[in-house]
Amino acid sequence: MEQETSKQMLDRLLAAHYSEAEAAKREGKLVAWATSISPQELLETMGITTVYPENHAAAIGARKNAEGFLARSEANGYSVDICSYARVNLGYMELLSSPAGNIPLPDLIFCCSNICNTVIKWYENIAKELGVPMILFDMPFNHTYEVEEGSVRYMKAQILSAIRRLEEITGARFDEDRFREVMRVSTETARWWKQASLVAAAKPSPMNGFELFNYMAAIVCMRGKADGTEIFRRWAAELEEKKARGAGPWKDAEEKYRILWDGIACWPYLSDTYKVLKKYGINMVTSTYPDSWTILYEAGDLDGMARAYSSNYVNRNLDFGVNNIAGLVETFSLDGVIFHSNRSCKFMDFRQLETARQVEARTGVPTVLFDGDQTDPRAFSLAQYETRIQTLAETMAARKGVGA
Amino acid sequence: MKYLGVDIGSSASKAVIVDNEGVVVARWLKHTGVGVATDVIETVLAETGTEASEIACTVATGYGRKLVPGADEEIAELSCHAKGARALVPKTRTIIDIGGQDAKAISLDGYGRIQSFAMNDKCAAGTGRFLEVMAHVLGVGTDALPDLAAASGTDIRISNTCTVFAESEVISQLAGGGSKADIAKGIHASVAERIAGLAKRVDIVPVVCMTGGSANNSALAACIGKELGAEIVVPEWPQMAGALGAALYARAIL
Repeated sequence: MEQETSKQMLDRLLAAHYSEAEAAKREGKLVAWATSISPQELLETMGITTVYPENHAAAIGARKNAEGFLARSEANGYSVDICSYARVNLGYMELLSSPAGNIPLPDLIFCCSNICNTVIKWYENIAKELGVPMILFDMPFNHTYEVEEGSVRYMKAQILSAIRRLEEITGARFDEDRFREVMRVSTETARWWKQASLVAAAKPSPMNGFELFNYMAAIVCMRGKADGTEIFRRWAAELEEKKARGAGPWKDAEEKYRILWDGIACWPYLSDTYKVLKKYGINMVTSTYPDSWTILYEAGDLDGMARAYSSNYVNRNLDFGVNNIAGLVETFSLDGVIFHSNRSCKFMDFRQLETARQVEARTGVPTVLFDGDQTDPRAFSLAQYETRIQTLAETMAARKGVGA
Repeated sequence: MKYLGVDIGSSASKAVIVDNEGVVVARWLKHTGVGVATDVIETVLAETGTEASEIACTVATGYGRKLVPGADEEIAELSCHAKGARALVPKTRTIIDIGGQDAKAISLDGYGRIQSFAMNDKCAAGTGRFLEVMAHVLGVGTDALPDLAAASGTDIRISNTCTVFAESEVISQLAGGGSKADIAKGIHASVAERIAGLAKRVDIVPVVCMTGGSANNSALAACIGKELGAEIVVPEWPQMAGALGAALYARAIL
């Protein structure tokens, strides 16, 4: 029998991820809802079935199915200005049925604010409404360039405290040996994720970067599992093989321009946004967003783990953000940068204009900003998006001395 | 031979025909935007007395650029406005274009190539649509706004965050007995402030040229100049800049 491709494996394991969570719930096992970049190692060590509402909301958005959930939470009084992942999830919590797959209600809330502040109130609401315990990892914004030692110690103390709370909640002992193994696997998965994403630095890139958005589900949901490692090990090998053949991202089109996409995808318009880029020969070869899951540390090193979770890029200061993108412009030989001004994520949008200005000044590549939203289909206009992308393409062409 | 540029915007359609030397030989304007008929090229040719066989190449631009069957190429409106503005005002380095639903600021290098650009967000505040809505509330045509504003001696503030908010604000002002002239002046200041905020995102290097239908509004151009602390040059036929750029691209393609 032929070996499964990474994509086949991804689809199979994602389906299993959701069905196993429902089975666990039916069997009376504990189910946790966790934020996407939380120390899932602790839950995995305790054998707690975990699902990720952000990932689920993204899947609902990508299936063009968000509106019913948004309407429900808005009818409940949640403002349209609140993050659409939160609104989709808070609506889902009541409707509990989606063509994008279902997640069972939680018995435990596991929330880390290293990605944004909204998650604190959003998850608190769930915990309060359902009367389930919540474990919170509070991660203040890093105003200094490097993450301060105090922040790392603060995170480490919260990890230790969470371990005690998990023992109390489950009545089971936290197995240090198993923890060490989960740490090893989690880092290994992150390493292969990074490895695969770096293959796109080749010219032409063997990867159509929107694949990063698809494979992201696995890095969110399966980082602590050996199966997760295998998906990315296999994907990296497939990309390396394409690279060796000199294959580009598409069979029917040539990669003319290489860009970075800053911010979350526009899930309801994933294919529309992709097709417009492809039409102009633009390949998204890298993005700031998927790199959030490159969480690396040594197995057994709790300080390193605390530091890794404290260092997520969205929680870092402006200079770090600019250096990060300027570095990617060089590593991936980029021709331009696209900023998704995401109505849901004020946290990411806040500094985008200044980041764009500094990146342009530093690297000389043109940038463009468009309005959209991660899951609310009402906050995006395809015609406006295309005008901006086409202009970017024409500007990149002029810089390269091609055409007019 | 001749070259045709067609610019289908959100509120008006424009066309320019240039000859081999790039000199404008015909202009055409219709106050219908994207809803314009798909036989727009035939209409332009008929109404400008041009034979189809005379046109060597046609370029379409604007929001309705895909609705022009028969066009040889589609080029984004920013590139066309840049080319058109440089043709109208040769030393242009900064362009402010206020269209029906988009406002843009474009920074050009010394050769006229786009260096950077900024566009409005999804909201229509600061665009031509904003002025149309406000003129409607005041019960006047958009063309009458500058003269109305000129009659005002008082500064009042109108919100520029959102067209709908601003509309209800104007209605409240009118209901409170506010003068139409003062409100008209406030509306211009509101748009100018918003546009200046957008324009400051790119380098403002003289010559600053203003294009788009709203550039015909002298009060608005003056307000924007004041906000930016720069002289604004408004070419003759500012609304035609996009179509002219498209026609010049058509000439360059062949």
